[in-house]
Amino acid sequence: MTVSLRIFFIGGLTAYRGLINWLSPWIFFPTLIIAPIFQILLFVFIGRSAGTESDEFYVIGNAVQYASIPCLFSMTHAIAGERYQGTLTYILVTPAGRLPLFLGRALPVIVNAMFVSAFSLLVSALLLGIDIPVSAWGPIALVIFVSAFSCTGLGLVCAGIGLRVRETAVLNNVLFGLLLVFTGANIPLEQMPGWMEAIAVRVPLTHGIQAARDLAEGASLGSVAGLIATEAVIGAVYVFLGYQLLLFMERESRKRASLEVA
Amino acid sequence: MSFLRLLYVGWLFNLKNLTLSGFFIIVSVISPVVFASMAFLMFRAGARPGSLLFVAIGAGMMGIWSSTLFGSGGAIQWQRWQGTLEYSIAAPPPFIWVVLPLTIATATIGLYSLTSTLLWGWLFFDVPLELAHPGWFVLALPIAVLSLGLLGLVLAATFVLYRHANALGNLLEYPIWLVTGLLTGLALLPGWTHPISWVLAPTWGVKALRESALGGDPGFAILMSAGLGLVYLVIGHFCLQYFERLAREKATLALT
Repeated sequence: MTVSLRIFFIGGLTAYRGLINWLSPWIFFPTLIIAPIFQILLFVFIGRSAGTESDEFYVIGNAVQYASIPCLFSMTHAIAGERYQGTLTYILVTPAGRLPLFLGRALPVIVNAMFVSAFSLLVSALLLGIDIPVSAWGPIALVIFVSAFSCTGLGLVCAGIGLRVRETAVLNNVLFGLLLVFTGANIPLEQMPGWMEAIAVRVPLTHGIQAARDLAEGASLGSVAGLIATEAVIGAVYVFLGYQLLLFMERESRKRASLEVA
Repeated sequence: MSFLRLLYVGWLFNLKNLTLSGFFIIVSVISPVVFASMAFLMFRAGARPGSLLFVAIGAGMMGIWSSTLFGSGGAIQWQRWQGTLEYSIAAPPPFIWVVLPLTIATATIGLYSLTSTLLWGWLFFDVPLELAHPGWFVLALPIAVLSLGLLGLVLAATFVLYRHANALGNLLEYPIWLVTGLLTGLALLPGWTHPISWVLAPTWGVKALRESALGGDPGFAILMSAGLGLVYLVIGHFCLQYFERLAREKATLALT
């Protein structure tokens, strides 16, 4: 039990620090501090230009949606990146339990995504003069945590694919774009065609974004509990799928001797 | 004459090379289509629908900027990683003639963006592909691409001082999309951003394309595109010269 906890917490953090070069301020600052604020501003101005939703709609939607950058890219790289370092074989040959080994790397990803999302929300709300009640910030932080967890589940699926596919950056970029469209960050769900809405309610972040918007409008935590629970369940499903995919890919790569091939 | 041949062969080679990169295809095709789709849906639902062709051209220009930014910004860094930078600099032609075809090729790749956003809009959002001044459009497009390619030369020459050129690319992608009014137009942006937009090629490139497509007088915007391109060429030339001399003096070509 102690060993598993050590692998989960210390191993996860060590692997994250070793593999994610975003932790350099020269990359972190432009990519995860500045870029999300400008994404938010871009959509605020498109919204103003089109005369659609309020600034608050785009600020909250894009701030929560931007958590997908650290969730997808970091989670994928925190596992698939081992291959680029030539250490994947050593990791997979260890007797360490796979659950703490893989999921331990997800925890720093979630913390980082929470920070990115909350910081961009705070700064852009200040820049654009958006009034979010002080009492709403605590519940919104909870929503951001659940959303980051949920999206990290999708990142885990990508990590599984990354054990077999080389172009993980391309995959992550495509998913980021799709989440931008389908999560309702910029287009209200009710304005989407039926098939888009059907996808939207099954992807991470959609319910989290909706819950955060409701909270900013003054809703109580209890009234958005259903949305938060749905987001958490979607996250749990993706985590389960991602974990199973990782185990499957590991088994397959052992069978086919294809661990270093992709 | 041999310089023109070098320019053409280098451009063609880099164009083919970049076309094989999954990352560039994503940047130049899928990403602009995603943004165009969102903008189409937003403008269609909004109180001020505007012209969807306006949006399609803007989204296409977004892709041209992104491919120039990431391609040109990382051009010298990639050569360094591949171990070909020393050979390129030691080759008899001036270094600028080696880099310029690459930066123009990265901007040319962006034409995939414009094509894809126009076709996407036409197929799924009923965007009319009728051009008010087809002749002007045919003139404005290569000048806009060339102008962005020359801006890419400045990026290539200056980003080299920054170890994490890709991160700088991430930093500049959204702000330039925003400040040059690619999806929103300039009128909504604060006045202090306008002078910044005037010195950026995408502003005049997209203006020239829009006025050619939607009606208006694109002549001035085309002239500005061409003029800015020449300014970028001069700046890029001096930056590259400075960098090359510095790298030779300090023997840091492969290390910095």
